[in-house]
Amino acid sequence: MTLMLKSRGAEVRLEGVGKRYGAVQAVKPLDLAIEGGTLVTLLGPSGCGKTTLLRMIAGLEQPTEGRLLIGGRDVTLLPPGERNVSMVFQSYALFPHMSVLDNVAYGLVSSGLRKRDAHAKAELALETVGLKGFGGRLPSEMSGGQQQRVAVARALVLEPEVLLFDEPLSNLDARLRRSMREEIRALQQRLGLTVVYVTHDQSEALAVSDKIVVMRNAEIAQVGTPAELYTQPNSVFVATFMGEANHVRGHIEAVRGDTAEVVLDATRLELPVRGLSAGPVDIVIRPEAIRVVDMASVEAMPATVSRATYMGSHSEYYLSTPLGDLFALAPDRLQRRVPGEAVGVQFEVEGVVLVRP
Amino acid sequence: MFLGSSLFFWSVAAIGAVLLPWHMQQDGVTLGTLFALGQQDPEAASALWQALAHGRFWFWPVIAALTLALPGALPAGTAARRARFLVWGGGLGLAAIVAQGFVIGVQGWSYPGLAALFGELDDRQFGIGLGGSLAFLGCLILLTDGLALRGLFRGDRFISGAVGVLIAAIAIFTAWPVLTVLSQMFTPREELGVAAALGARLLDGKIWGLACIGADVNCGVFWNTLLLATSTASAATLLGLCFALIVTRTAFPARRAMRLLTVLPIITPPFVIGLGLILIFGRSGVVNQLAEAMFDVQLGRWIYGFNGVFLAQVFSFTPTAFLVLIGVVEGISPTMEEASQTLRADRMRTFSSVTLPLMLPGLANAWLVVFVESLADFGNPIVLGGSFGVLSTEIFFAVVGAQQDFGRAAVLAAIMLVVALVAFLVQRAVVGKRSYVSMTGKGDVGLPTPLPRRVKALAFAIAIPWAVLTVVVYTMALAGAFVRVWGRDWTPTLSHFQRAFALEWTPQGTLLFSGGAWHSLFTTIQLAAIAAPITALLGLLAAWVLTRQRFRGRTALEFALMLTFAVPGTVIGVAYILTYNLPPLEITGTAMILIACFVFRNLPVGVRSGVAAMSQLDKSLDEAAVTLRASTFRALRTVVLPLLKPAIVTALVYSFVRAMTTVSAVIFLVSAQYEMATVFIINRVINGDYGLAIAYCAVLIVLMMGAIGLINLLVGRRRLGRRGPGGAGAIPVGGRA
Repeated sequence: MTLMLKSRGAEVRLEGVGKRYGAVQAVKPLDLAIEGGTLVTLLGPSGCGKTTLLRMIAGLEQPTEGRLLIGGRDVTLLPPGERNVSMVFQSYALFPHMSVLDNVAYGLVSSGLRKRDAHAKAELALETVGLKGFGGRLPSEMSGGQQQRVAVARALVLEPEVLLFDEPLSNLDARLRRSMREEIRALQQRLGLTVVYVTHDQSEALAVSDKIVVMRNAEIAQVGTPAELYTQPNSVFVATFMGEANHVRGHIEAVRGDTAEVVLDATRLELPVRGLSAGPVDIVIRPEAIRVVDMASVEAMPATVSRATYMGSHSEYYLSTPLGDLFALAPDRLQRRVPGEAVGVQFEVEGVVLVRP
Repeated sequence: MFLGSSLFFWSVAAIGAVLLPWHMQQDGVTLGTLFALGQQDPEAASALWQALAHGRFWFWPVIAALTLALPGALPAGTAARRARFLVWGGGLGLAAIVAQGFVIGVQGWSYPGLAALFGELDDRQFGIGLGGSLAFLGCLILLTDGLALRGLFRGDRFISGAVGVLIAAIAIFTAWPVLTVLSQMFTPREELGVAAALGARLLDGKIWGLACIGADVNCGVFWNTLLLATSTASAATLLGLCFALIVTRTAFPARRAMRLLTVLPIITPPFVIGLGLILIFGRSGVVNQLAEAMFDVQLGRWIYGFNGVFLAQVFSFTPTAFLVLIGVVEGISPTMEEASQTLRADRMRTFSSVTLPLMLPGLANAWLVVFVESLADFGNPIVLGGSFGVLSTEIFFAVVGAQQDFGRAAVLAAIMLVVALVAFLVQRAVVGKRSYVSMTGKGDVGLPTPLPRRVKALAFAIAIPWAVLTVVVYTMALAGAFVRVWGRDWTPTLSHFQRAFALEWTPQGTLLFSGGAWHSLFTTIQLAAIAAPITALLGLLAAWVLTRQRFRGRTALEFALMLTFAVPGTVIGVAYILTYNLPPLEITGTAMILIACFVFRNLPVGVRSGVAAMSQLDKSLDEAAVTLRASTFRALRTVVLPLLKPAIVTALVYSFVRAMTTVSAVIFLVSAQYEMATVFIINRVINGDYGLAIAYCAVLIVLMMGAIGLINLLVGRRRLGRRGPGGAGAIPVGGRA
């Protein structure tokens, strides 16, 4: 038997929530609604305010303005312990002087549960994260991945309405990170938890999220599903942050219905207009949307390979083109192009996006 | 839960005002006098009874304020309503208690103006006692509870209460006494008015005189003090640096033994070095006798005066500089020096262009630490100063001498305070800029570069003779305890120990502590043992509030706390007797004044070891506890405190040990009933009874070595998980005197 939660996770609603430290605006006033039972990632470079936002939801920081509602209840002024949220810390923050079981039971005992009942429940939570029988150990006697799971169990056992993760995987090695993030995602979906998850790693965000909130300079840059953010970024920043992207400047020649006609050197492309009008435009080209073809091909932009890197599953090329330097990712299993080689470049429309300049 | 709730603290205040004797009782509070409602003698009655039955109207505001706070203390009604009652009730209660204490004293109205206003008061009162103190504490907590309910301190009443207690403690036991002593400057003298008296005191030639330039007389005490502190700081920093370089950067075999030097200033009673120097260089000292016997030269009294005090201070404070500088040298990342060497700099160039500049702020810090210690030092100048007066001794003589001139003492104290504060502010500025010293806590790879040959030779040439000399001085000092009369009768004897620590069996079969030193030793141990836990508790609480909590006014509180550390002991001593020998807090001559003095003199130890340990403790540990439904107090009790155990033990033992060796402030505060070991010793020294003084010092050293050994045993054993507070047992530096 594993842990069963009484209710699905609650909705989190931020209304004009902002935080200011003296003259520094850590988070500009913003609105955000996080649906119950979903996993939402706060993604952004360091210093963008994502951790401050998370800590405000946790109650570890108080917003300087705005209201914060969890499950419809205004919790803006409530201390962390009265919010029915729990948090998994970047450093795990396991109490080193307590056994694993005491760590997991800590929150239950704090809420007034008898020690015996708390321990029974903690055992269940440990079983949920696959650590049955480890309760007697000290945190220092466990591996990084196991400590991570203890931290999750400790947060989970309180049946919180919202579970918060602050860069939970940053202390793990690459391989473990991948499997842990799958586990967290599976757990969230099985238990129907509302999870707010902070990370600066876009591949982690793409892999686990229902929705991603991209943050930049203390404000929200874009909110959307992973696919939306990747295929329809609304700024060059979001596009480049959500994966590799080439950025060139272009010009919309004409708009016909939903389609815009864009000329890239010799190539004429018809792209979704995304509400833009004729004139200068920023164009984002994903490296996998650049096809490197032989020079002889028709309707290809001439280019020269300036650098070629063999990556095993694919090859990476840096190309000198009339548009400037482009980075391309070709599915060539065996590297075919060599530096200095004259090639042709074609674009796949799905990987080319117009962005408001 | 009732315990710890607002209602609980209301009850504490109410019991203090209604049931317990409000004033200090002459013979202490006994079980019989505890219930003070309905007492015949007004001085033994509770506040309510004094107001009801003895017409002491000035207690009615206190009672009224408490009644006003009651609706707020009850756990009912909205937070805003409760906050209003608590803030007004608690605040007015505090104001009423303080006001009645200050306004009505042992002679009726304390201020003549009030008598003119309200007519003569045919009544009087003594200092606040048990009831008054509890009422004060209760009102204070009610006020902070109210403030927390209003949303201050993130709505956390524990933090708000802790901050309130700290502020009240600083205000009562540091700010008020210091202001009192400073106000003494403005008392008129003889026929002079206030301004003229102040001017005469301030411009005294004995303070500022420069007659010594070119002539063989003493300069003013200000210049003496400044010259002494500057010379001592420079010499001790240089010596400390040599020791630190040898210990951390060479393969010298006696490195570990050298590190033991750092423990010396903590366990040494303040006169041992002075006595050792007298026994070697004094008139009947070893060197003088040899010189006379072999060359027929009279060396005279050169050791008394600047030379002797300077030597003694350098001996006393070099270990302190050494301790500071070990940290500084170890804090320099070896990778910096390796980088320099890979950039084609030789060892000498690396040392002079990378290592030394990186150490500069640390060197400045060590210099300032020693400067302040020298400034505040009382033990060495009193033993060796002779006619060479410094500020601390002049303050002492102004108060205890025939002159009893508190105005002069106040002026000297003010000057000392200003110098200490300037040094403290400079030190803060220097240490604050230390950011480029590479102490990241991350494991730095690389080996420290060996010292350049010339630097190494210089370090050894300076440090080794000094280390030998230190051992000689200590040995001589302690040897003095085992000969009959140093310089005249070299017969080995244990008689000094016997005089001090004799034990006899009485005919009844009980043990009689007949030695002269027992009484002061027991008193010292007892008071130090009472003060130590209070110091540790208050210090750790302050450290926790300052490092872990964010609230408006935190920097101000931190600054106020640090300022109190900068007040020299002599100033505190004078301030305490001036402040506490009159109501409202009449504790001169009691054990309480000594305990308060120990606690507030040693608070830096508690705060520093707390801050050091707390900075090793991942902040998300307490945050985790708080998000796991624990109250702030529970998080502190179940997570922070257990992890700080080594720091607690360290703070406990060091504040105990320092309470036993302190002299500068205590010398003003002892009474016949509460005599301290250090004061007993200095009285023997003044009477020329060196043997007994040294015997006593030896016993103290052994006692304190035992205490230090004990913590090393306790703290050293404890090893927790990876995030455990390693190094929390480090010895806190500075601030003795």
